[in-house]
Order: sequence, then C-alpha cells, then structure tokens
Amino acid sequence: MKPVAFDYERPATLDAALKLLAREDIVVKAVAGSQSLGPMLNLRLVQPDLLVDITAISELTAIREEKGALVVGACVTHGQLEDGGYPDPTRGVLAKVAAGIAYRAVRNRGTIGGSLAHADPAADWVSALVALGAEIVVANPTGRRAVAAEQFVTGVFETKLEPGEIVAEIRVPALSPEARWGYVKNCRKAGEFSHATGAVLVDPARKFARAVIGAVSGAPIAVDDVAVAAEDPGEAWVAGRLADTPLGGDAYQVRIHHVALKRAIREASPP
Amino acid sequence: MAEGPMAQGMGVGAAIRRREDERLLKGRGRFVGDIQLVGMKEIAFVRSPLAHARIRSIDVPPEHKGAVFTWADMAKAGVKPICASSKLPGSKPSDHPALADGKVRFVGEPVAACLARTRAEAEDIAASVVIDFEELPVNVDTIESATRPKSRIHEHWGDNLFLESTVVAGDIDKIAARAPVKVTRTVRMARQCMVPLEGRGMVAAWDRQLEQLTLTTATQMPHIVRQGLAECLGLDQAAVRVIAPDVGGGFGYKGILLPEEVIAAWLARTLDHPVRWIEDRREHLVAAANAREHRYEVTAYADRDGRLLGLDASGWVDAGAYSIYPFTAGLEAAQVGSILPGPYDFAHYRCRAYSVATNKPPIVPYRGVARTGVCLAIELIMDGIAEAVGREPHEVRLINLVPPEKMPYVNVTKKHFDSGDYPESVRRAVAAIDLPAIRARQKKGEPDGRRIGVGLGVYCEQAGHGTAVYHGWGIPMVPGHEQAQARLTPDGGLELRVGLHSHGQSLETTLAQVAHEILGIDVAQVRLVHGDTGLTPFSTGTWGSRAAIMAGGAVAAACKQLRERAIRIGAHLLQAKPEEVRFDSGAVRAGKGSVPLAEIARVWYRAPQLLPADVDPGGLEVTAGYKPKSDQGTFSYATHAAVVAVDPETGAVEILDYVVVEDAGVMLNPMVVDGQVLGGVAQGIGTALYEEMPFDAEGQPLASTFADYLLPGFPEVPPVRILHMMTPSPITEFGQKGIGEGGGIAPPAAIGNAINDALKGLGARVTDTPFTPKRVFQAIQAVGTKR
Repeated sequence: MKPVAFDYERPATLDAALKLLAREDIVVKAVAGSQSLGPMLNLRLVQPDLLVDITAISELTAIREEKGALVVGACVTHGQLEDGGYPDPTRGVLAKVAAGIAYRAVRNRGTIGGSLAHADPAADWVSALVALGAEIVVANPTGRRAVAAEQFVTGVFETKLEPGEIVAEIRVPALSPEARWGYVKNCRKAGEFSHATGAVLVDPARKFARAVIGAVSGAPIAVDDVAVAAEDPGEAWVAGRLADTPLGGDAYQVRIHHVALKRAIREASPP
Repeated sequence: MAEGPMAQGMGVGAAIRRREDERLLKGRGRFVGDIQLVGMKEIAFVRSPLAHARIRSIDVPPEHKGAVFTWADMAKAGVKPICASSKLPGSKPSDHPALADGKVRFVGEPVAACLARTRAEAEDIAASVVIDFEELPVNVDTIESATRPKSRIHEHWGDNLFLESTVVAGDIDKIAARAPVKVTRTVRMARQCMVPLEGRGMVAAWDRQLEQLTLTTATQMPHIVRQGLAECLGLDQAAVRVIAPDVGGGFGYKGILLPEEVIAAWLARTLDHPVRWIEDRREHLVAAANAREHRYEVTAYADRDGRLLGLDASGWVDAGAYSIYPFTAGLEAAQVGSILPGPYDFAHYRCRAYSVATNKPPIVPYRGVARTGVCLAIELIMDGIAEAVGREPHEVRLINLVPPEKMPYVNVTKKHFDSGDYPESVRRAVAAIDLPAIRARQKKGEPDGRRIGVGLGVYCEQAGHGTAVYHGWGIPMVPGHEQAQARLTPDGGLELRVGLHSHGQSLETTLAQVAHEILGIDVAQVRLVHGDTGLTPFSTGTWGSRAAIMAGGAVAAACKQLRERAIRIGAHLLQAKPEEVRFDSGAVRAGKGSVPLAEIARVWYRAPQLLPADVDPGGLEVTAGYKPKSDQGTFSYATHAAVVAVDPETGAVEILDYVVVEDAGVMLNPMVVDGQVLGGVAQGIGTALYEEMPFDAEGQPLASTFADYLLPGFPEVPPVRILHMMTPSPITEFGQKGIGEGGGIAPPAAIGNAINDALKGLGARVTDTPFTPKRVFQAIQAVGTKR
C-alpha cells in the first residue's frame, strides 16, 4: 500500500499552480490536506505523475468577510473553521458543521475546498453548503467563475470542475438573526462518514427556506419549500425524492434519510 | 514484608503500574517495523484477485526476472507446504503451500513474492506480474459449501469439510419427547478481523557465521514458529532462531505460523541479503487476520420453571480455505461442541459441529476463540427460556448455573470446573446494574422515544489447559511443563527468561511481581527476557489465557529453587545451619543477622572462596518446570450486564451502562486484570455492534479499509464498571486463573439480550452479529410484515 512514484510541486501562487495543473502530457492532481487523496494514492486508485500542493498559496488559505458574506479559502482546514476566531456572519454554523467532521486529526489537515472537489456524497460540506445557499468560486487559467453549491456536485466524486480548474474559495451568505439551522447526520460511530444527512436553513429575512437530503450516493437533493423546511413532509415524500437515486426502494435507506431530515427540520423549528 | 517502603506492596496482588509502559507509551518500543538491516530488501506480494481459480501461467517481465519468486522456486528448493492436521476423528488433512501451488483458494492468497529496495518499488514489480487464471466455482456461503458445494476446495476430499464431529451425552431424544418447554434459535456470528494496533511483519536474515536463520517476527509463539519453519524449510531447529521483539497486540492472529514467515525465511536463506515484509492494513483486512464466522441452530428443552433439561444443537464454523498451524481448522468447531453447554448444570446434550472450508481466508483463533459465538448462542437461548416461562432472565440463570456447592464440577462434556460461585456473579451484576430501576424506567418510557433494555451474558473460560487436553485434540502442538529460568546477577538483580511472549499481557510487570513474592527483590531490579528461541527455554507461547498460570507458576518454581540455593549459601555465611535460618524480604536471616541476596550473589560470582564446600555447583541460575495440579485448566467466569437504548426509528443502539462481575481467582495484579477485561470488552463491543467482514457472491471481500470495516473507538466504548470476585483456583501456584480472553466473550450476548429486551414490546428479536442499525431496523420491520 505505497503510492507510485510521482513528482511534487508546491507553488506559491495560484497562477503557477494553474499552469502546472493545465499540463496535458502527464497526469496531474491537486492536493491540499490529502485526507482523501492520501489513502487513494496509497491504494493506487490514483496514480499521478505530478502532485501540485496548493496549500502554500496565501489567497487560498484566508477567511474574510466580504459584502455580508463569509469567504473561505479552499485550503482553509475544517479545524480552522471549527476553532473560530474569524468574523462570522454565519453565526457559528460553519464551526458547528466543521466540528462534526471525522476526527480532529483529519480536521487538522482536511480542507473545505478539498472536500468539495473530492465530492464524496457523504461529506459534510457537500450537503451543508447547499443548505446554506453557498457559492463555489472556481479558478482556471482564464479567470474565475462562481457555481451555486447545489449545482456544483453532480454525482459520486463528480463536480462541475473542468480539467485544470480548482476550487478557489467558498462564499457563504450571512445568516440573519432570525435564521434557523438544522443539521443531522446518521453515523454508526463517531467520526464516520454520514449514511444519511438532513440539513435545513430557514432565513425569513432572506426569504430563504431550503431542505437538503444528503449522502444519497449522488448529488445532494435540495428542496426550496417553506412547507417542507417547516414541517416533516413524511416518509413517503422522502421515498419519492430518493426514488431516482441508487438508494430508491431501499426501506432502510428511506427510513434513515427521512429521520435525518425530520430531525434537522425539528432542530430548525422555533422552540 | 518488613523492609522499607520499596519492598512493600509489589508482590502478588499489588496493583503496581506496568513497567513496560515507560517505553511503550512514549513510542520508544522496538517493533519489527523499526528494524533496518544493511542490504535489506522489502517484500511485496502478488495476491490473488480471485477467490477460486486455477493458475494457468505466471508471467514476469524480463526486467524483473530474479526479483519475483513463486511456489515453483520454493518447491524446487525442497520447501514443504505448511501442514496443520489434527487427529480428531472426522477431520481431514490439507496442505497449505506458502505461495499458491497451481491454484488459488481465496482473494488475497499470496501467489508471488517480489523483492526491491523499497516497498513501493516492490509493489511496482508486483503490479507488473501477469497471472492467467481459469476461474472455478466459488464457495462463499458456509452452509452451502457444507451441503451443496459448488466445487471442491481441496480436490482430494469428497466434500468441503475440515471436520465433522458429534458430541453426545445423556438421552436428548427422551428429553425432547417429554420437556414442556422448547426454545429454538438460529444464531449467526459474523466473520471478523482482529486488528491489533500492529499488524504482522518480519525481518529474516541468514547468519553465515552461526549458519543460522534469524527471523525477527511479530509473533505470540516464537518456539512454535521455529518448529514449523524448520519443518517447512528442512532446517535443523538449531539452525533457526526466532525472535519476537516488541509486539503490538496479538489476539490470536500472531499465534500462527504465517505463510509469509516461511517465504521470508526461505528468501533470506536463499539470497545473499536480509528481507523484510510489513503487512499493510489492506492485507490485514482482506488476506489474513479473519476470525469467527459461526452459525448455530440450537434447541433447548426446559421445564416450566425454566430449568434447562437438555440442549440439541448444530454448529458450523466457516474455517476458510486452509488449516492454520498449529491450531488447525478443526479446533474451533471441536470447541463449539465441547463448550456450548457454557457454565450450566444439565445432563442431556447433543451437538453436531462442522468446520467448513470456503473460498475465504483461513480463520485464526481470536480472543475467546469459539467461546464468543458459543456464549451468544447459549445466552440468547437462556433469555428465550426466560421468556417462554415468564421469568426474569437472571432468575432462569440462577437455577441453571453450576452452584458453588457442586464445585469442583465435571460438566456434561467432561470439563472440570475448578472453583467459584457462578450464581453470585449474576446476583452481583443484577444488583450493580440496578435491575428494578431499569424495569421502572422501561414502564415510564423514554422522553426521546428510544426504548431501553437490559441484558446478561454469563460464561466460564477454560485457561491454561495442558497436556491431556491438547493430546486429545491431536494437533501439532501439545503443551507440557512450562519452564522459566531465574538467574541472580552479580549485583543482586534478577533475570527471568521465559519462552512465551508479552505483547499486552503485562508480563514484564506481573512476572517480576511473582519473583518479588518469592525472593523479595525489588520489581525494578527484575528483568524479563522473553520471546527469543535463542535465549529462553521452550514454550508453546502466549495463547489460551495461559501466561499468568503457566509462566507465573514456572517463575515461582524457578525462584523457589533459587531461594533454596541462596538459603544454603546465606546460612553458611551466617555460620548457621540451613534449617536455622529463614528467608524474608530478600535476605537470609538468623537471629539478628542477615545476608541480603546481593551479598550472596557477590559471594557466588566474585568471592567463591567464601562458599561452603558442598555448595550446589549449579549456582544462582535455575531452570525449573511447572504444571498446574490438573491439565484441565482453570475456569474463570463472569457475568456481563449491559443497558442499551435502541432507537426504534433507525435501529441505532447506544450502550448506557456496562457492568462486569468477574472472578480471576487470585489476581497477580488487579490493575492488569482490569486492563485485560476492559480491552476485551472493547473488542466484544466491536463484535456485538460494529465489526463484519462481508463477501460478495464471488468471494470478494467488501471491507478492505477502515472506512468499511468499522471498529469501536473511544466514544463507542462506555465506562465499564468491573467488580471482582476472588475465588482461588485450587490447581494453580497462587490460586490465579487465566482471564486474558474473557472480556471479549460475553459482550455480544449481553448486548444482544439487552437489545432484545428493549424490543420485547415490539415483538422483534436480533440474533445475528453485528447488531447493526440496519439489522435492528429489519428485525422490527419483519414483525410489522408478519402482522
């Protein structure tokens, strides 16, 4: 369980990184925290010629507030988000999600951008950022483009990233004081990937109400519906949403996804 | 104990801290993976991607010729397959070539060994080897392989059974005809992996000066590995030295001769450089460390009070493709037949037990061996009887357990229970868990909608059983006298040498405590040399919860003989007769005079002119042997009580409380006993709730990383309350009993019964480990469908 031989570069600028990532003559992979890529390298599921470590690029490691939104660099670790100490218009939501990711050792190295780019359907950010209505800012040699979080992950390990592109930052809209948030994972043990995720944000000030069913072996299912976000839509409704996923028709999967959603809705309900 | 604070409270029974922790907790141990030898090459294996196939050809690219080795190379050099046969009636022999010989029988079976300067480069070479396979029908399901095999795994057999045996006592058919209560259960225990912190690994080197192979390997039994290696390689045993350095847990996986050990040893013997293989986790999970996988069909007959009258059972153990050395593929199934009656007092019994070959990795005896599955089966049955007769589960156990007044007791399968008060352990566990409070809480219901339940698991565990028992199994290893060497050093310190190995058992501490008990030497001055065939007396090794009994007894015997020799020298120095002196607190004393051991040592080694003329020329170095008063072993026992909360919506289970009431007899070190119990319970929780190695219909393992093979972590192991009973064993040196495996035996039973207690109102029941949320959910759904 050792990787194939590969070259390693750690450029200091985004431009330099994008130039390396644009090479088509060899297999190039971007790496940040290496919490998913590392095991895949060791299992030889990925056999790159070159790894481009993007963690020395200062603009990818910053957290800032901009026009009421929190802008998180792709290489910010879960641990940094968990620990706080940054201006936080999300009212602690990112910190709370981050604190539930895997174990602290993983959070110390794993990054928000890496998690999104890897696009494991069970990953926390993949569902949570959709529920928050975040935007994923993607960088490529010609500039930047923003993708709505609900559009970004398209399937299992599949995203809107084109070859040579990387996630640069994540913009999370501010939550108003009236906003209510619910986030529930089904894990068999602490630190495990989620088997079913429910995430709900109701923010009347923004006229935003979204319920997300996550960890569905595909892109998370987002429903913008005040009624759903306010009250348990029932197991049959969830079964209907899952019908077109690989989990459709599996009574246990329907049950745990329904329970996760319903409990997230309850968390997001006024006391 | 008379002298100073250091001499006090470090003998048998003292809860002193572990000596080995200083290096182990600071990461300063020396494990196989820490060893580097000049010129050493790393081995990577080409492993079979198929579960059952004939090998048509193995093609090595020309640039790697000379770096890749197959069974053809080994066979040409005269290497013999590992052969672990048993003389049990109904058992069949099979060969296990270290590299596949024309055929592969499980996914992960080593086919070729590749050598390079680094492991990564060796893996590159392994990836370049092309094997042409002809696929054969795969046997995955245990019962199907036993009854309707798709192919023969070992062609020279008529079927796929390593062993079939029947144990009969009394007249079960007569009981079946007249018993008013009949309870039947089908119980499954999943295939597991052992997952010690350290996997397997070894460094092999040939010493040209000594003409000796040195294999430094993560093993529990260096002397048995030496014996097996010498047989396979055709070497004199004196030409093989096996060393176990620091070893990071064994649990049974390191109690076998590995094919990889044979290969590494042969390569080092054949080539001009040392070789090393370090198992990675993927190899560990898919290829080697499998265990358990039992299935039971059990029918119990009882009277209307819940008194067990008889047991009629069948048990299947899925042994995988090969018979492991030295315990064989038959031992675990044979154990099922002999220990299914558990700690209970009844007279009519029949058990058919099968060891089934399948296209899966061989199973290896894992902490508790068959007892964990057996305990689950019998304890689910006891709760079934309680339900059938409308009594509390503990009441049914109290009337069926062997009562203290019948001790020592010979049970229905001729097991000799040495001592103890089994019912009292149940009473104490029920009191500690506060059963009435739980019953009241259940009536009230939980505010979060969960259902709580309480469950018991009771067992007794045979340990340190010896010659007569193992001669009966007829396997390649029969333990006899355990030996220890005690050597007083010239400065008055003590070296102990034992042939077994400590890899979590704390023997560096507990055997020093035993020596202190006899000789009064400060524990800090006692050093344990262990796990090296070149330095220690023969031992079958550390297995079967035997070390405290056997090595403890042997060290005591050696220290007693040493004490006698010291007394004779000391008496002479005191100008007294040996019968006029006494030995106390590390010194020979007569009246007000005393000669400490350090002075006696100084005289023997450095001032022999002062010795008596008739001094024992053997000096201050003694090798002594020990056996308990009976070969039948000690029986420690315990009652585990668990309280769980079950989420009826998702099937999730949380352990709210866990109590162990156990009897280790006299504890050499109570803190060490607690540690053993706690570690075992953590593993048992894994068996109960998390761990499973599943296979698809083609025999592909479906859990090749820890993302899929779930282990309990710290958050999943609740605080465990351990209460001790201390009934001395009448057959051992200090009254100690073996307890190393016990913690891992009862958790599936206690937790399973607790889940079923929680589900009782719903009419649902779980019987198959691990009790995953999905299995609990499905059990609840099944009731809904039935209604």
